[in-house]
Amino acid sequence: MSPKQRRMPVFVERKTYRRRRMADGARMLPILGALLFCMPLLWAVSSPPKTTVTMFYLFLVWIALSVTSAIISRHLHDDDNGSQSDAENGGR
Amino acid sequence: MASLNVLVLVCLIYVIFLFAVAFAADRAALHGRGAWLRSPIVYTLSLSIYCTAWTFYGAVGFAARSGLEYVTIYLGPTLVMIGWWWTLRKMVRIGRSQRITSIADLISSRYGKSNSLAVFVTVLAVIGTTPYIALQLQSVTLSFSIFAETDMISGGPSSQQSTAFWVASGLAVFTILFGTRNLDANERHHGVVMAIALEAVVKLFALLAVGVFVVWGLSGGVAETLAQIDASPISQFEVTNSRWIGLTMLSAAAFICLPRMFQVMVVENEDEGHLRTASWAFPAYLMAMSLFVVPIAAVGLERLPADANPDLFVLTLPLQEGRDGLAILSFLGGFSSATSMVIVAAIALSTMVSNHIVMPIWLWMSGESAMVSGDVRSVALLARRLSIAGIVFLGYLYFRVSGGGAALAAIGLISFVGVAQFLPSLMGGLFWRGANRVGAIAGLVVGAMVWMYSLFLPSFGDTVFLPQQVIENGLFGLSWLRPQALFGAEGLDPIVHAVMWSLLLNTFVFFVVSLLSFPRPIERLQGAQFVNVFQHSGTAGSWSGGLAQSEDLLIMSQRIMGASEAQALFAGAARHQGIAGLLPEPTPDFLQQLERELSGSVGAATAHAMISQIVGGATVSVEDLMAVADETAQIMEYSSRLEAKTEEQARTARQLREANEKLTQLSVQKDAFLSQISHELRTPMTSIRAFSEIMRDTEGLTEDEQNKYSSIIHDEAVRLTRLLDDLLDLSVLENAQVVLNWQTGNLSEVLDRAISAAGVNEPGFKVDRIRAKEQLELRSDLDRLAQVFINVISNARKYCDASDPVLRIRSKQSGGNLIVDFIDNGSGIPTDKQALIFEKFSRIGETKAGGAGLGLAICREVMARLSGTITYLPGQNGAAFRVTIPIDVEAAKAAE
Repeated sequence: MSPKQRRMPVFVERKTYRRRRMADGARMLPILGALLFCMPLLWAVSSPPKTTVTMFYLFLVWIALSVTSAIISRHLHDDDNGSQSDAENGGR
Repeated sequence: MASLNVLVLVCLIYVIFLFAVAFAADRAALHGRGAWLRSPIVYTLSLSIYCTAWTFYGAVGFAARSGLEYVTIYLGPTLVMIGWWWTLRKMVRIGRSQRITSIADLISSRYGKSNSLAVFVTVLAVIGTTPYIALQLQSVTLSFSIFAETDMISGGPSSQQSTAFWVASGLAVFTILFGTRNLDANERHHGVVMAIALEAVVKLFALLAVGVFVVWGLSGGVAETLAQIDASPISQFEVTNSRWIGLTMLSAAAFICLPRMFQVMVVENEDEGHLRTASWAFPAYLMAMSLFVVPIAAVGLERLPADANPDLFVLTLPLQEGRDGLAILSFLGGFSSATSMVIVAAIALSTMVSNHIVMPIWLWMSGESAMVSGDVRSVALLARRLSIAGIVFLGYLYFRVSGGGAALAAIGLISFVGVAQFLPSLMGGLFWRGANRVGAIAGLVVGAMVWMYSLFLPSFGDTVFLPQQVIENGLFGLSWLRPQALFGAEGLDPIVHAVMWSLLLNTFVFFVVSLLSFPRPIERLQGAQFVNVFQHSGTAGSWSGGLAQSEDLLIMSQRIMGASEAQALFAGAARHQGIAGLLPEPTPDFLQQLERELSGSVGAATAHAMISQIVGGATVSVEDLMAVADETAQIMEYSSRLEAKTEEQARTARQLREANEKLTQLSVQKDAFLSQISHELRTPMTSIRAFSEIMRDTEGLTEDEQNKYSSIIHDEAVRLTRLLDDLLDLSVLENAQVVLNWQTGNLSEVLDRAISAAGVNEPGFKVDRIRAKEQLELRSDLDRLAQVFINVISNARKYCDASDPVLRIRSKQSGGNLIVDFIDNGSGIPTDKQALIFEKFSRIGETKAGGAGLGLAICREVMARLSGTITYLPGQNGAAFRVTIPIDVEAAKAAE
């Protein structure tokens, strides 16, 4: 971390803040996706679920993930300068 | 029934169409037209080479065998894509800022541009990819044979082989034409990318068309299809947890590590922003690709004969229903999947093979550097083309030798596990600065060995390399070394077993060896640049020209690019800059453009190095930096030595100045003394002469008068004698001719003697002593010591100008010395005179007492003879002298 970054203000402007939260969302999305994709394994504990039900579930999750990803990446659009230090600035 | 001839015709037309598209795209890119070539949609579609013929045909087969499990192959990449912010963004940024040309290049760059690592990665990639290419050839051949069967002019296996051969040759030609025609475009192949984007649309459209046909055409609606699935053998979701999770992870790892994926994702990337679109569009594409897989499988299982190959349901279902057009479309979809994969894989591998294996060997064989020998361009091109042909041929050979069949179908996942071995080194390199070359090599070697032993070799069954006996009983008969139950891990699926062990051991060895070994400086530098790429990247470092010689650059470029191309490039740049002639100014823009041109021919790193050699380097290597640092250190050392010398000289000069000042003062003193001594000598002499003349010439002097005059003469004579005695004494002392008489005595007694001899036992002058502290025995010349004391005490009596004069005498012992301080309460001696008081003839101011100025000089000489010192003690509110005497003078002399 350079001293320059350490001197950054405590609060960032609203737009930058929103963008950073979107980046956080982009980070969390695959983890959420992995958990959701593993759900059918829990159903299978007692008796195997029907393929059609699982299929509907999986494809709905899939579509939801794509749509969420599209929304998040739209908000990350004009980020190329502000997003760089977001991992290093203590999550402001 | 569709005749084979029609199929071949359609196929040819399709191929010609692809050629035309690729050609047009290349032309458009060359003329700077066609911004649509660089649209994020094209980028997303090009990523679809992940969906090969194995997934186009094989997904349905997979689903027919084990239900929904096939979807894991798509779930992994989906998760990687929506998690682009973690990994892909960094990879693309690094790829762009470091001018990466392949995954081998990335790994070797990260670990200090190690070529051995690049060679290893290349070899492993070739081993992992060759069976996959064979798989594509097999799928095309199989789909051809389906049409041939229905056409009743089946040529049998021999025609299958020839189909594979022709397909392979055609692919090699296409790849060579479009993959190596523009060596100068920074490794980007617009034609190829456009063609595979188009193929991506075709295969998605084909699969969706078949799916729609199956659901609404054959089953009669969504509800009926669902009922059909429920009635089929795959109605239950029966997957083991380990396979579900293991395969998802494996496909995610392969998505990142596959050379062809790296090629389209990182190398062909035009704009980082494209990832944003791909992050949602590609998961959607994958979702669409897998949407109708289960319905097709279920319907196929019901409608087709039991012995039908489920891998070809996509093709056989429309054929059986007499939908020839749909069947041909489906065939084109599979054909597209197969060809796009082979083309990109061949380009990616040939880049790696030619840059990391062929070119280094060629440069080494031709000796010296590329600067002096021949036309590098032709060699680079030839190497690239031969590599493409070689790789496609290897795939064909593998297909011939393995003979196709089920063994080949299983190879898809096996191949995935092979390339997934790059993952620890890759991720470690991107996120952990401590990762180093030795660790990466060790991890890769261990991972590759475990993969070979536990998965790749057993897949061939009983062979020379791995006999059946070893598979059953383990290596050397050790049961815990059984390839498919390592360390007693029995009952696992072979793929999951191999993924687990190879990646675990790979990661573990990589981590531990990295911890224990120490990286070279260049590795640490690259590590910092890769891990912290977002803090200091932007774009690749630009050139600051000015020093470069355009002519040298032209000479070099001609050797690499060929004379006419280089001249055209230079002339174009010169025209662009508004300069007549062939040589443009070496502006940073031009140098960057030139480097891009060259990097396509000889690889980015080499091009960069070549230009930096001529330009003299805005960007320098670590070795250069270290050489510079060495020089700087030498210069700094030299200058600090100079500085020390200068300081020393300044000190000497100051000393000299001081000495000179002292000399000048002494000379003044001497003059003053001479006049003083002559005056001192003259005064008594004058009285002596005058009174002796009176006594000689005057008659009738009374007794009293005679007595008075003669005693005056006597006194004056005594005074003269004393003066002369002092001078003599000093000269004797200075020449060390004095004879000393060692005695033992008490300091207090010596002081008593001195005080009474100095005649200060009178009212009006007080001596302040602490007798208790003076009871110190010493061995010295006590008479001489007393002389010093007398001198100092009488000086105090004579010169102390206080109204109530007091002389403090303080004694103490310090180590082997006695210290006696004589401090009066007068005004003391001015600082500028303190240095002079011990000199001969020195007299402070116009003294009322009128001494000869020899006293302290004698004292100093005496003390030197006694191995002691006498110094002036400043800052005591009065004149103060410190006499230091050794307790035992003989011991002190011995010590000297």
